[in-house]
Amino acid sequence: METSKATKSISNVRVVSNNSYRTIKNLKGILLHIFIISVGIIMLYPLLWMVSSSFKIETEIFRNISFFPTEITFDSYIQGWVGLSGVSFATFFRNTIFLVTMCIIGNVLACSMAAYAFARLEFAFRKVLFAIMLVTMMLPFHVTVIPQYIIFNKLEWINTYWPLILPKFLAVEGFFIFLMVQFIRSIPRELDEAAKIDGCGPIKMYWFLILPLALPALITTMIFTFIWTWNDFFGQLLYISDINLYTVALGLRMFMDAMGQSSWGALFAMSTLSLIPLFAVFIFFQKYLIEGITTGGLKG
Amino acid sequence: MEALSSFWKRNWVGYFFLAPWIIGLIGLSAIPMGTSLYLSFTNYDMFTSPSWTGLDNYTNMFEDRKWMNSIKVTMTYVFLGVPLQLLFALSVALLLNKGINGVRVYRAIYYVPSLFGGSVAIALLWRQIFGGNGLVNKVLGFFGIEGMNWISSPDTAIYTLVILTIWQFGAPMVIFLAGLKQVPVELYESSRIDGASSIKQFFSITLPLITPIIFFNLVMQIIGAFQAFTPAYIISGGSGGPLDSTLFYTLYLYQKGFTHFQMGYASAMAWFLLIGIAFITALVFLSAKKWVYYQD
Repeated sequence: METSKATKSISNVRVVSNNSYRTIKNLKGILLHIFIISVGIIMLYPLLWMVSSSFKIETEIFRNISFFPTEITFDSYIQGWVGLSGVSFATFFRNTIFLVTMCIIGNVLACSMAAYAFARLEFAFRKVLFAIMLVTMMLPFHVTVIPQYIIFNKLEWINTYWPLILPKFLAVEGFFIFLMVQFIRSIPRELDEAAKIDGCGPIKMYWFLILPLALPALITTMIFTFIWTWNDFFGQLLYISDINLYTVALGLRMFMDAMGQSSWGALFAMSTLSLIPLFAVFIFFQKYLIEGITTGGLKG
Repeated sequence: MEALSSFWKRNWVGYFFLAPWIIGLIGLSAIPMGTSLYLSFTNYDMFTSPSWTGLDNYTNMFEDRKWMNSIKVTMTYVFLGVPLQLLFALSVALLLNKGINGVRVYRAIYYVPSLFGGSVAIALLWRQIFGGNGLVNKVLGFFGIEGMNWISSPDTAIYTLVILTIWQFGAPMVIFLAGLKQVPVELYESSRIDGASSIKQFFSITLPLITPIIFFNLVMQIIGAFQAFTPAYIISGGSGGPLDSTLFYTLYLYQKGFTHFQMGYASAMAWFLLIGIAFITALVFLSAKKWVYYQD
């Protein structure tokens, strides 16, 4: 009788200590979550504040550091969208979307062709050429940009999108080739053999077998091309000076120069709009983005 | 002739698929590189033909105070920004790797600045935040601290850019997280039985095992940081000011090449940049033998 009581109380103690251990662990977990969320909010605060400021009345932006506007207005958007010199942000967005689309098509096509050759085909100097490709990935583009500018100028391509689009159709961005080579190598060779028996030549194989199977790598390429082209400034600054051809990035820059400090509301509104497509792509294709960063070390 | 035709027969498929890349390699990389190397020994303004000046461009660089200054600015940016950025990235990755719920959501939140960071929009936002009337000063004012115009003071402008690069720690963080997942759990379990504290575990297990990833991030971020352009251009309005304090090397190169049309000098600067980056990357690679731990 006595002993059973004793064991009972011992097991009770154990239960209690187990419970309190769990509470401490839970508490630690909750604190960790609170900490991570707080740091996240501090980090994102400038962005959140920019978005909320774009809905504030102009005079309130500098008086109110709070996230919440006292009164929501779309004036900044209406004022900003008009743009400058009779060219509205509709034009800038249309231009950027055109540019991005062309760059995506170019990169996907040219890089996948090169990747297919490197990953699957036998030809002389393959290894040497692959090594050269890896080296070009690391080169700062500054050593080529001046002669490229001279060439494009001779071709009278300044103030066209050719200098920005053509390099993509010539697979200049080795990162994507590398990414696709890695991916294509992971596709089982047996599939190739089977296709070959069915009478598939190398061109058909590329188009009907490798491309569909490499779709995840193609999507990763598309997403990074989208982000990089959307965020690009140097190339666009260099080659585009006609306001009718301006991209969103150039439009924002010009807007800032013209408005100075006087019109942050409109500037914030257009900046916010310019980030929405990036954010949307991120939300829908996060998986591919993370994939690209972890396998290729690509920067968003 | 026969040898050539049989070579072609054996290899045409490969070169067919490689054709766009090879044309790009020759037309947009090899020939331009050769040209820019040649131009770096000349005076060239795009309108008159280049005149040979030998090593003048290279020796002039060392007497160009603006150039010297741009190196100082870039070095500050790279060697302050990159280590701090990686430190942040690693710390946050370690926090997120504690097996808590919602890691994917947190990872996404922390990644957002990396996604937007290089854009003109964010550079514009930075200009506002650190301006005299900006968000930072408002927050400081709330605590009774009087701020200043961080962007227009030559002592502080570069640090706003350093903060901007630290803020974008998301990409290396994602890589760290992937690396931390590769560390075998058994190692932690057996060391726990041996009574190792979690701090000791970090220094004796986690850190050595992720040194290859630290190395990878370090190389990638250094190469990237040397080429940063947009934020300095936007924040300084293209001038690199105040008092050249944000005159990044690439920004000065842009000014020389495309505003002053001193394309010979700018080409020499580009080659110096290439050699500089190669040299520093080589140093990092050499140092790797001392601190990077490779599992066999």
